[in-house]
Amino acid sequence: MTTDVRSDLMRELGAEQLGRFLYQMVLIRIFEERCGELYTRGKIRGFLHLYTGQEACAVGSISCLEERDKILTHYRDHGHALARGLDPNRVMAELFGKATGVAGGRGGSMHLYDAEKGFLGGYAIVAAHLPLAVGLGVAAQMRREDFVTLCIFGDGSVGEGEFHEALNMAVLWNTPTVFFCENNLYGMGVPFKASLSTEIPKLAAAYNMPAVSVDGMDVLAVYEATREAVAHARAGKGPYFIEAMTYRYRGHSMADPELYRLKDEIEEAKRRDCIERLKGQMMEAGMLDEAGFADIEARARRVVDEAVEFAEQSPQPALDTLFDHLYKE
Amino acid sequence: MAIMRMRDALREALREEMLRDERVFLLGEDIGLYGGSYAVTKGLLEEFGEERVRDTPIAESAIVGIGIGAAMGGMHPMVEIMTINFSFLALDQIVNNAAKLLHMSNGQINVPLVIRMASGGGSQLAATHSHSLEGLYAHFPGLKVVCPSTPADAKGLLKRAFRDENTVIFIEHTANYGLRGEVPDDPDFLIEFGVANVVREGTDVTLVGYSGSVHQAVRAAELLEQQEEISAEVIDLRTLRPLDIDTVVASVKKTNRAVIVEDAWRFGGFGGELAAQIMERAFDWLDAPVARVACKDVPLPYNRNLEFHALPSEEDVVEAVLGMFKE
Repeated sequence: MTTDVRSDLMRELGAEQLGRFLYQMVLIRIFEERCGELYTRGKIRGFLHLYTGQEACAVGSISCLEERDKILTHYRDHGHALARGLDPNRVMAELFGKATGVAGGRGGSMHLYDAEKGFLGGYAIVAAHLPLAVGLGVAAQMRREDFVTLCIFGDGSVGEGEFHEALNMAVLWNTPTVFFCENNLYGMGVPFKASLSTEIPKLAAAYNMPAVSVDGMDVLAVYEATREAVAHARAGKGPYFIEAMTYRYRGHSMADPELYRLKDEIEEAKRRDCIERLKGQMMEAGMLDEAGFADIEARARRVVDEAVEFAEQSPQPALDTLFDHLYKE
Repeated sequence: MAIMRMRDALREALREEMLRDERVFLLGEDIGLYGGSYAVTKGLLEEFGEERVRDTPIAESAIVGIGIGAAMGGMHPMVEIMTINFSFLALDQIVNNAAKLLHMSNGQINVPLVIRMASGGGSQLAATHSHSLEGLYAHFPGLKVVCPSTPADAKGLLKRAFRDENTVIFIEHTANYGLRGEVPDDPDFLIEFGVANVVREGTDVTLVGYSGSVHQAVRAAELLEQQEEISAEVIDLRTLRPLDIDTVVASVKKTNRAVIVEDAWRFGGFGGELAAQIMERAFDWLDAPVARVACKDVPLPYNRNLEFHALPSEEDVVEAVLGMFKE
């Protein structure tokens, strides 16, 4: 058990906020595990990329945002949607392809949206959303609005040209963009060390962007770094880059036979589990007991049960809506 | 009305729309200090400043992506891609983000964006710099594709593009930039999308073109009238998506013959789509199979003779028409 008590930050955040972090991470964990089951039962189809193991990244970073801020993320996006407060019922309904889903059943797992919450999408083409995040920053500047865009992507993105184009232009134009790289060590099955000749933060630094690397299995470390990054961007000081070292417990997608890594590696990562870590820290600080944690788990399980029930009961999209939203009048 | 060249008409449209709507701003390679590769944006940096006229690095994908993001954030950007040949580098942004976000998000996110590109062969720029890709962009649902052939249309259609809540691919044939014509001064002069223009009325054959090929069709119609006493009707589609097939079909029902003229490659091209729609809607009126005059299926060579041998000409159009009147 890790016992690195970040006592100052924990005191500042307080039991209520830390309890929210813990609840959100547990909710994502249970939601994702249920999605895996539902996939094997054929309730969820298409590509499904589970987020288990990486929960601290979504919760720690998104907790730093204001309501007016925007989020763009990659296709492993359920965790980010839940952390942003999208309705779990409607997220699950989307995975079921139902009319009540957050994209009316048109997007599926990789393309979740809730524009009212500033959740501007999961993007399933690697790195294609990075330029969009810079563009949102340009809009904020030109409209004299002070929203920040959090752009979340994986380590696989750094080989794409758009990664470099976007970072360069974000610095040139000083946009309020937080680039958040979830480095889970594999671009699908290729170890990132085999696909990158340097280290990720050095790429950002090469474009004159402040860049840090943090422990992405530690929600407090992620929160602390992102809070700094968001404040930097909002103050008009330009973009900021965070690499969060993390690990996904499941395969790249449900179709992944995981021939590229050993079970030991997964077990080792689980010993640094983000939920166990925060739970331990809170217990040590006297902010939580076993009964309290059981309560959090039960609450999350009820939410997921209800989401599955809602998705099951929801109607299919009507066939005569096929051409809806092709063009805006 | 004033007589002006197409590039000036396009600039007037941009200027007027920038004055009308502060959400409109421009970004692209060399559109500011240099004034634009084809001088369309000349003087706009001086008038509107660096925030609204932005020179970018050479990074087509990011430029279009930033345009999309800015549109999502409440702006109405215009991205200039120096030539359509470089738009391959931005194709993913155009196809996967600009064209699809509205539908995939179930109507939550729209992308009001104008992407201008210079297109066409005939300038001895060789194979990488001579594409005509109007039909390629027309292939994707979610996009609107506009390709004017005259200065007046260029202005009215470009102004209309900034009144659209969707992404408009606006394609300008390089051979048309210097073309002169009458252009209305009215700041509210708009040309609606999906309305073809009957450029020339006729009774014996319908020639359908868009962008640069309209002019070949018109010249061919003149030759046919002078030399063969054949009366050709010429239709300028003006927009490929939405497509005004009704005007084409009505004309074919009158003339009973159709020839499609385009600069793009024949195989898998837009002309094939048009021919199919004419066949579906006017089969019983046709006195001859629909003919296509298009670029030969080969990358355009640098050599002038070879290039013009590959590109369609008015003589090719005349020949296609005469073929229809033989027994």
